[in-house]
Amino acid sequence: MGELTHNYYLVLGAVVFSIGAVGLLVRRNPLVMFMCVELMLNAVNLTFVGLAWGLNDIGGQVAVFFVMVVAAAEVVVGLAIVVAIMRRRDGATSDDLSALRG
Amino acid sequence: MIESVLLAAESSADVGFPALTSLVVIPALGALALALVPAARVEAHRLIALLATVITGAISVWVLLVFDKSDGGFQLRSDDPTVWVESLGIRWDLAVDGISLFLVVLTGILFPLAILGVMPEHSPKNYYAWIVALEAGVMGVFLTLDLFFFFVFFEVVLVPMYFLIGRWGHGNRVYAATKFFLYTMFGSALMLVGILSIVFISENATGVVTFNILELAEGQHWGQTAGRWIFLSFALAFSVKVPIFPVHTWLPDAHTEAPTAGSVILAGVMLKLGTYGFLRFGLFLFPEASTWFAPVMMILGTVGIIYGAVVATMQKDLKRLVAYSSIAHLGFIVLGTFAITTEALTGSVMQMVNHGLSTGALFFLVGWLYERRHTREIAALGGLQKTAPIFAAAFTLVMLSSIGLPGLNGFVGEFLILLGAFVANPWITSVAATGVILAALYLLWAYQRVFHGPADGENAEMEDLKLSEGLVLLPMLALIVFLGVYPKPMLERIEPSIDALIAHIDRNVDDWTEPTADVLAPADDHGEDDHGDDEEHGEEAE
Amino acid sequence: MIDFVYLVPLLPLLGFTTLVLFGRRLGEPAAGWLATAAIGGSFLSAVLTFFGLRSLEGEERVVTKTLFEWVPVGDFSVDVAFLVDPLSVAMILFVTGIGTLIHLYSIGYMHGDENYSKFFLYLNLFTFSMLMLVLGNNLLLTFLGWEGVGACSYFLISFWFTDEANASAGKKAFVTNRVGDWGFMVATFLAFATVGSIDYLTLNGTASQMSTPVVTGIVLLLFVGAMGKSAQFPLYLWLPDAMAGPTPVSALIHAATMVTSGVYLLTRVNGLLYEVTERAGWATNLIAWVGVGTALFAATIAVAQNDIKKVLAYSTVSQLGYMILAVGVGAYVAAIFHMVMHAFFKALLFLGSGSVIHGMDNDQDMRRYGGLQKLMPITAGTFIIGWLAIAGVPPFAGFWSKDEILLGAWDSGGLNGKALWLVGLITALLTAFYMSRQVFMTFFGRYRYNDPDASEVDEAWSAYLADAEATSVSASAAAAETAQAHTDAIAAHAEASEAFSTAKIDAATVSGDDEESAKKAIEAADRALTSSAEAEVETKESSEAASAAATTASVALGDAQAAESARSGPALGEPDDAGEAASFLPEAVAARAEHHPHESPWHMTAPLVVLAGLSIVGGILNLPFTKGLHFLEQWLEPALAHEHVVNASAATKWILAFVAIAAGAVGILVAAQTYLQHRRDPALVERPILADAWGYDRVVSAFMGGPGTKLFDAIAWFDATIIDGMVNGVATTVRDGGSVVRRLQSGFVRSYALGISLGSVALLVWFFVRTAA
Repeated sequence: MGELTHNYYLVLGAVVFSIGAVGLLVRRNPLVMFMCVELMLNAVNLTFVGLAWGLNDIGGQVAVFFVMVVAAAEVVVGLAIVVAIMRRRDGATSDDLSALRG
Repeated sequence: MIESVLLAAESSADVGFPALTSLVVIPALGALALALVPAARVEAHRLIALLATVITGAISVWVLLVFDKSDGGFQLRSDDPTVWVESLGIRWDLAVDGISLFLVVLTGILFPLAILGVMPEHSPKNYYAWIVALEAGVMGVFLTLDLFFFFVFFEVVLVPMYFLIGRWGHGNRVYAATKFFLYTMFGSALMLVGILSIVFISENATGVVTFNILELAEGQHWGQTAGRWIFLSFALAFSVKVPIFPVHTWLPDAHTEAPTAGSVILAGVMLKLGTYGFLRFGLFLFPEASTWFAPVMMILGTVGIIYGAVVATMQKDLKRLVAYSSIAHLGFIVLGTFAITTEALTGSVMQMVNHGLSTGALFFLVGWLYERRHTREIAALGGLQKTAPIFAAAFTLVMLSSIGLPGLNGFVGEFLILLGAFVANPWITSVAATGVILAALYLLWAYQRVFHGPADGENAEMEDLKLSEGLVLLPMLALIVFLGVYPKPMLERIEPSIDALIAHIDRNVDDWTEPTADVLAPADDHGEDDHGDDEEHGEEAE
Repeated sequence: MIDFVYLVPLLPLLGFTTLVLFGRRLGEPAAGWLATAAIGGSFLSAVLTFFGLRSLEGEERVVTKTLFEWVPVGDFSVDVAFLVDPLSVAMILFVTGIGTLIHLYSIGYMHGDENYSKFFLYLNLFTFSMLMLVLGNNLLLTFLGWEGVGACSYFLISFWFTDEANASAGKKAFVTNRVGDWGFMVATFLAFATVGSIDYLTLNGTASQMSTPVVTGIVLLLFVGAMGKSAQFPLYLWLPDAMAGPTPVSALIHAATMVTSGVYLLTRVNGLLYEVTERAGWATNLIAWVGVGTALFAATIAVAQNDIKKVLAYSTVSQLGYMILAVGVGAYVAAIFHMVMHAFFKALLFLGSGSVIHGMDNDQDMRRYGGLQKLMPITAGTFIIGWLAIAGVPPFAGFWSKDEILLGAWDSGGLNGKALWLVGLITALLTAFYMSRQVFMTFFGRYRYNDPDASEVDEAWSAYLADAEATSVSASAAAAETAQAHTDAIAAHAEASEAFSTAKIDAATVSGDDEESAKKAIEAADRALTSSAEAEVETKESSEAASAAATTASVALGDAQAAESARSGPALGEPDDAGEAASFLPEAVAARAEHHPHESPWHMTAPLVVLAGLSIVGGILNLPFTKGLHFLEQWLEPALAHEHVVNASAATKWILAFVAIAAGAVGILVAAQTYLQHRRDPALVERPILADAWGYDRVVSAFMGGPGTKLFDAIAWFDATIIDGMVNGVATTVRDGGSVVRRLQSGFVRSYALGISLGSVALLVWFFVRTAA
């Protein structure tokens, strides 16, 4: 092992992103799916930060702030929807929620 | 040319108030006011709509009066370059010339009449708001010199008309409204690409972004091939609007199902957006492509004349018949536009106004007939001249104008178109002239079935023309006769702009000169020895 | 004084506008008098213009009077301007002169019509248009009048519009004329494209500089226009139908004025025609042949018509053919001469026929006329003068002008000229024949209005047969009934005698009290037997009587059938009184007997007398004897570009004139033998194919109604189904495509996520591949 380069962060970000992506595809519980989306977003954040540090460019950090704000907003709306749905129909999986079928 | 235009604009710019801007703004404000007035205040709606349109009409007549007939350039130009997006070259730039002047006046006159002529069957507030909004859009198309605004207005007029047909129309109105909207929208989709293409092409050439048609037309920076392709994108939009065979089938449906006022405006002014577009944005922006495509367009115009007339003959619905007659009439205008001679172009501009008057009046009459008899089926009508002689007399006059009887307006336009087109292409024009036979056939036959013969059943009790209806019709009838007897005031205002347009085409197309008639002068003696030397005179015309 | 020419069209226009505004309030007869005064004033102005023009020297007699610029665009400029020259002045004189007479006549003729003022409004508008046609100094202004008279003609033919036939006739006239107008318009375009101007002076002046195809084209296209207006083959179809209009209209528009405008137009451009004759003789020769062909064609049809106005209509077509012939051979003076003469006598004949129709309770069938000269002396006298004029009897008007035309044809040279002359001569013979036929059928012979028609006689006979048959049937039914009654009576009698025997046997076996009753029973049976015997005798008698009656009735039926099948037409010229069936004639026959024909009021006869006078002396205008008597020719000379020189010798002229007189005489004599002396059967000439106008009209109508309509319908179908179908097809395709694609939108979030993942992977792969390459 040599020096701690930003490559480690990129690998970690990629691993976390993959976990999130696979989780999103295989789980049906909306809450878990939500957490997987968060994983993916944070993986991207990690990548941004890692690269910002590695390339010495502050732009990446700025992007992270944007992502975090959007993620927070998304969580607020998304959780509210999930909660509302859970209240109406118990234990619904995401596959049951296909009312928007074309 | 551009210098002279700008000079003219400066010399006539000082008229005190922005007349042309107000022609667009006043109806727009009227529509806004109507939107704000509560729906319950019924009496206010008609009043506001009338006020807005009458003021607009008055201003348009005032524009006609101050118009300098010796000047072929753009007048009363209200060009304020600081308004709107200067960096994108988009400017609020309005002006009239001889080509748009009478269309503006026609619009100004027709809208108040359309409001006076018929009452909506329900929801007057929205009805009037849409009509007045429509006027703003139409005025905008005729007045703007900016391609961006032109496109905006050209598309904007679809919305009010869509609602007018869809909500206040007859039987199959939703189908007709949707068809009308999608068809015309589809037609103009490519025009946007065309507009952006010429803007970017000239930006590449000059480094300046501009949507101004004067600058674009003067520059002619696009090459021959590109010019032809871009012309086609414009031509498709205008062809659908006119409409030209074979992209005409939205028109019979839209005309037939539209409420009376909608049909009047649709036929009276909205079809002219297409023919006006051909003149202003087709010939002017793409002179080379226009002359190149001219034979095709003349043939399409001729096809429209004969095809529209033939199909009109066999219609069973009176309103549909009038709608198809519009296709035939607009065929004449297309023929005249692409003949590109002074006579034909002047005739085309005049014919746009004539068609607005005569077909507008026909739609009024058919609409009132429908109000009385609740049918437009020709077979169900008959003998109405007996029960409604004044109605029949008005119909006869308008019909004769539509047939093109000399002494009435329709003839002057039609004759000039054919005359000018003959000089350009005698064979096509000879075929097109058979349209006058067919016009007599379908209109007289319809007249015979509706007004002649014995009146039975409900036909025997039909009410004659009411005074209020007569007053609506009177200005149109007066203009029909006046323009037929003394068209000079109109022609001499149109012609300088046509001359300027032709000079522009001449300058920008290398191997093109305006087709003109040969001139022979009477010889001093009637000697028979000088036959041989001018054998080819006749051939030149061909 | 030439400035009075402005008043000539202005007065009718003022009359028209006044009638439009106040016509209904003026009512009858003020509206009529106003209109007549307008035209009368116009006539006076025309006379003043004539004197004004006469005061000028010969070559100066061509004056252009400009009112205002009408259509000025680019190189094209047309004024509302009048060309006052001898030709146009001659025309306005006769148009307004005859117009005044016909207006006056109409005051009486239209009496009681509910649209009285409207009629005069149209008449005034018509006269205005006709004057514009004549006075216009350019093709376009003439076209204004040309279409204007066409429109007025349309209004007036369909004046009684509640009848579908009239409405159809009006439309037919307008549309057929429009076919000709197409030629006029294209000729105008061609003239403008070649000369840069369309005024007559320039056109005639530059004719020699035009190329041969162009000048021929202009002339032939104008001729197409003239074919429509002047009712030449193949566009003459509308004129016979135009007789549906009121009779004064037929006289004014469809005989005297409007229909001559084609001839006038061709004369107006005589400079062009001259060039065509010089360079492309086939074209003017074609015009001459169309003219003379139409003349002969229409004359053959006229001999078989029974409607008094139809005869005159075909006669008009035929006479117009003469005028076109004259134009074709370059005899313009003769054409104008005949036009004026024809206006005199044909207006006279039409107005006379109107007077007859008016007196005969609107019946137009000449077969019901006859002997009217005693009942309508003025009408008959004037009509006879008109007849002599048209039949070419010297010294009446028509003789001179027709002779000029035939001379012109003969003189046009070669075998072709002789052939034209010969066809013209045959036509003259036919003309004399059919006009004499008309006069003899109408004014001479027996008064036939009370006579039953052939159809009425047929009706009577079939009623008669039906009646006999009904009688016979009911008689045999009665016979059968009585025979049955007799059979029943015999049976009853047998039964009664049986009962009597039984009663007797019964009486023999009883005793005591029963004897008394048995005796009574025998008596009763005896009475019954007696009465049944009587009944038997009675029924036998009645049965025999009934069967005798049935036999008689059936014999009567046989007789009636025999009579019906044996019935033959009456002797020539005698009425068919329906013989045995006479009492079965329809009531209409008896009703007609109540009608008494009468002479018309003075408004109607006065114009007849004036026109008759003109028809007698009209020939003075251009007598052939010496050059000094060619007044019309001298007058018209400045308007004609080239003098027409007659080469024929004096002797030839005399011979031709005598041959023409002889032909006319033959025609009259044959007609007299057939219709006056009844020595020949009229059916020999009144062939069904002639009555049917050689089937031409029928074929054209059948074509328009059949294949023509089908073609139009097919195009309308094409529009609604194919063109619009494609549009709707596109819409359907888009919608169907959408409903296929919508399946992708499954609503399962995880499948979307899978799509996004796969898409991202695909993109990444693509980027890598691209970078690698």
